[in-house]
Amino acid sequence: MAQTLSYLKETASQTAGPYVHIGLAPGAAGFDIYKQELGWDIAGPNAQGERIRVEGRVIDGMGAPIKDVMLEIWQANADGHYAHPEGGGPVEDGFRGWGRVITDFETGEWGFDTVKPGRTPGRDGRQQAPHLNLWIVARGINVGLNTRMYFDDEAAANARDPVLNLIEWEHRRATLIATRSEAGGTVVYRFDIRLQGDDETVFFDV
Amino acid sequence: MTQPAEFYQRNRSLHPPALTPGYKTSVARSPRYSLIALGNSVSEITGPVFGQNDIDPGDNDLLTNYARPGEAPIGERIILHGRVLDENARPVPNTLVELWQANAGGRYRHKKDTYLAPIDPNFGGCGRTLTDANGYYAFRTVKPGAYPWRNMVNDWRPAHVHLSVFGSGFVQRLITQCYFQGDPLIPLCPIVQTIPDPDAIEQLIALLDMNATIPLDTIAYRFDIVLRGRRSTLFENRPEGN
Repeated sequence: MAQTLSYLKETASQTAGPYVHIGLAPGAAGFDIYKQELGWDIAGPNAQGERIRVEGRVIDGMGAPIKDVMLEIWQANADGHYAHPEGGGPVEDGFRGWGRVITDFETGEWGFDTVKPGRTPGRDGRQQAPHLNLWIVARGINVGLNTRMYFDDEAAANARDPVLNLIEWEHRRATLIATRSEAGGTVVYRFDIRLQGDDETVFFDV
Repeated sequence: MTQPAEFYQRNRSLHPPALTPGYKTSVARSPRYSLIALGNSVSEITGPVFGQNDIDPGDNDLLTNYARPGEAPIGERIILHGRVLDENARPVPNTLVELWQANAGGRYRHKKDTYLAPIDPNFGGCGRTLTDANGYYAFRTVKPGAYPWRNMVNDWRPAHVHLSVFGSGFVQRLITQCYFQGDPLIPLCPIVQTIPDPDAIEQLIALLDMNATIPLDTIAYRFDIVLRGRRSTLFENRPEGN
């Protein structure tokens, strides 16, 4: 009899559904249950680096904003270190680098405050441009979608980024680059994610 | 510069594809272009770390975490428990497992749920816990009811519990749904049937676990969760060798 491999198989994904907030952001669902909800403070009070706000929408194939989406963010600190044992180095006390964001139920707008991440090493040793790793789940999304957000004021680093350069269609790289503006002393990056159709955002199989 | 040990490639044939027209909402919410394959860097192999300070010990008991003092939710009292393992069958310790569900009548405590079945004043419907050193987790709750949804004219979700799991790397992140053994709605459900592989569907069905049942108190279901495995660094193309 032939040998068989004994690997287990990954549990299959299912949609997070329209009521994802009950489990992961119960305050938004309309009730108060936990001492603290997780994911609201990404960088913490001690993080070095430039304080930024990131805002956007997730837009479906009909051009409509999705109002029941949840995004998670995973990012390095300003030194390019992730808050993880293999993250490359120390991070500030209170810096988690992970956040959870939900949309406004009426407008579909979301936003979060953090610090701009530093550069991190790519798999071939080349430095990656500063980026946020994003994971998107919602009703109608069967498997969470992975993408990245880069910064439009990092043009030189973006031009050499090993991941952006994987994208064969050069015009699609622009879908991953957020646009900087400043309003009332706050630095804001705008990042709309288009799930389908014209200017569809690049999603990764990671 | 060392290459980080990568996670095994996700076997997408075990997972639902993005576009599954029987589940109508997926039609406008599925990318049309292919995913771009990305080898793992430090950005992918790392992920958030949680500790006991992040949660309360009682957060995993849905029979008490929203009930008024001296009261309890109505419904079939169950323990839902199991292990979080990786594809190498190694336990995933100290990882955050979050859960949410409808009440015994199929009603969610969510301002967007307008189903006519009533809210249970003693049931919130969410819980969370960290796996122990052996990857083990447990919740106490009531078995959720089936509920109707606006997909086809007469679609009903099987009784299910939503589960969210982290693992050690952000690319292990998983949200899934756990169903209950013997539920005749399972094969009828367009969301279940987004999964093309019958064995992968079977893997989402919690089994009645009489050995974990507490006599005269709470019945039990067993649900193990498998996250992506990670390879060793053998034969990575590293200048300094392994």
